[in-house]
Amino acid sequence: MESFSLLLQGLSTAMEPMILLYALIGVTLGTAVGVLPGIGPALTVALLLPVTYGLDPAGSLIMFAGIYYGGMYGGSTTSILLNTPGESASIVTAIEGNQMARQGRGGPALATAAIGSFVAGLIATLLLAFLAPQVVKLALTLGPREYFALMMLAFVTVSATFGDSALRGLTSLFIGLALACVGIDGLTGAARLTYGVPQLMDGIETTTLAVALFAIGEALAVAAMLDPPDGMHRVKGSVKMTREDWRRSWKAWLRGTFIGFPIGSMPAGGADVASFLSYAAERKLAKHPEEFGHGAIEGVAGPEAANNAAAAGTLVPLLTLGLPTTATAAIMLAGFQQFGLQPGPLLFVMNAELVWGLIASLLIANVMLVVLNLPLIGLWIKLLSIPRPWLYGGILLFATLGTIGVNPSPVELGMLILFGVMGYGMRLYGYPVAPVVVGLILGPMAEQQLRRALAIAQGDWTTLISTPVSAVLLGISAVFLVVPMIMRLRGRGQVLSQVAGDAD
Amino acid sequence: MSEGFPSERRPRWAAFLIAAVLAGLAVMILTDAAGLKQDGGYAGVGPADVPRLIAYGLLVLAALTVVSGLKGDLPKPPRQAPAPVLWIMGGLVGQLALLHVAGFVVSGAILFGMTARGFGQKPLWRNLLVGFALAFVIYGVFDRLLKLNLPGGPIELLIFRG
Repeated sequence: MESFSLLLQGLSTAMEPMILLYALIGVTLGTAVGVLPGIGPALTVALLLPVTYGLDPAGSLIMFAGIYYGGMYGGSTTSILLNTPGESASIVTAIEGNQMARQGRGGPALATAAIGSFVAGLIATLLLAFLAPQVVKLALTLGPREYFALMMLAFVTVSATFGDSALRGLTSLFIGLALACVGIDGLTGAARLTYGVPQLMDGIETTTLAVALFAIGEALAVAAMLDPPDGMHRVKGSVKMTREDWRRSWKAWLRGTFIGFPIGSMPAGGADVASFLSYAAERKLAKHPEEFGHGAIEGVAGPEAANNAAAAGTLVPLLTLGLPTTATAAIMLAGFQQFGLQPGPLLFVMNAELVWGLIASLLIANVMLVVLNLPLIGLWIKLLSIPRPWLYGGILLFATLGTIGVNPSPVELGMLILFGVMGYGMRLYGYPVAPVVVGLILGPMAEQQLRRALAIAQGDWTTLISTPVSAVLLGISAVFLVVPMIMRLRGRGQVLSQVAGDAD
Repeated sequence: MSEGFPSERRPRWAAFLIAAVLAGLAVMILTDAAGLKQDGGYAGVGPADVPRLIAYGLLVLAALTVVSGLKGDLPKPPRQAPAPVLWIMGGLVGQLALLHVAGFVVSGAILFGMTARGFGQKPLWRNLLVGFALAFVIYGVFDRLLKLNLPGGPIELLIFRG
């Protein structure tokens, strides 16, 4: 029950007026970026990183987590009303949700998405609170080789397991790993791939890469599209759900939660994977499977619950092991590092107040979000009436603002443009973007763990598989790499490509 | 992967180009690694070894990309409109070139205006005006209130006194 008292202490931190304000800003921004197409939570956190240099660490991190949760809420709105998912975890929601909107049932679809997100967010945050101390205990027994194995698993699941091509996923990952080599080597101080350019000594900024790939790459891709997207479906009638809607929704919410949380908390893909699996489960279990594809409410309730639960689940490895499993988590890790904090087991000892304040404010953020999203839904829909030229002009202005604010050198801006063009090219040819960001952040960490493990074992490579934990983890990584390849070769790859995880 | 307007090309050529870029990246890493002092210590693995592994990985991926290009496995991108891309790139390069000469507000206005033009908003002068106003507000909020250090030019000097 120690979690419980720690959580109560956290709540007292989280109830401080300033912290409440940060949480409110976070969830409001998160909902806004979730609603707006073209910007997701990963990009928003990346944009805000430089702005928060001078602010309170606890408040800033709470704001980032609020953005992550808010993005999951807001994403459903565009999926349902516009059939253009605001972020990747809401792609499945668009299938049934947009059908419901076409039939004039947009209101109940939005309601089941918001309430489902609330239920899932609440349960999953409590699970996070009770699970985290256990994982921390476990984490203290892990050495460099186990961490290295965990990171290998994260690399494989982020790049090769889902999506329609392991080759393209791995290529993205290796581009990220290659970029990660730039800069001073953490263990020996050797300068790698810097070519004497001082700006490259610190390595490639996560913010620059993420902003370029997500914002500039996306803007170029959208601008170059020849087919204009679908029109919007107005919300007719009330957002109230009927008794029948409730009856059909609540089980889907719970199932979504218990599918989403484990997926998020294992290094096995992020919220997009969870939402897809939940959709598949609902479709299998439905009493009226014929309704699927024509606006079945379960197909909105389940995935929306699942993506929120997965977002909370992602925080388990991030906080307890320092292991990001999605692009947003990777950028949040950069946020921790910016304040000199290293997520991992020690964080729970050294900064217990901050961690529990963060977890507790997620509970509060969740309540804020349901209030922001249900009664105020009309306000968010108005955001969608911003003309696209102004919207993308603004996005690019903010995108460059972050880089200019940290380091206004032509080198940094040049890299921003270069990676932006790379992001555009990657989108054109179906290369996922998220593995690049994860590779850039996890790459140096994996290298350090590998070299530490080898130093302990005096250069004996078999040390990597000498403990059961590391051997099993590396084995699972190999399975996740090879099995999907075989599935694709046998023409069973459609399932995997539908789960195509990207962006957030 | 800086293909300009690949819609004009057959996808397999794009695959060869991608493979060439990957291989080029690998060669860059390998030549750089060759120049590093090999200091593995107890690990026997020095600063040059992990980059080498990554470079070998890139070479394998480049080879596989060539194979998939020969088989035509690369997804064919939908037709692209080149003009908007040029407008946005122009805006970005314009901002880069003018940032330290004209300051954040003017260069930001150019980026905003040309991006909006790329998305089909006309006329350009109005876009630039809207961008100017927006960049002005952003400069005020972020440079003055949040103490982010944004480069100033003559206009920022005139209005905010540096």
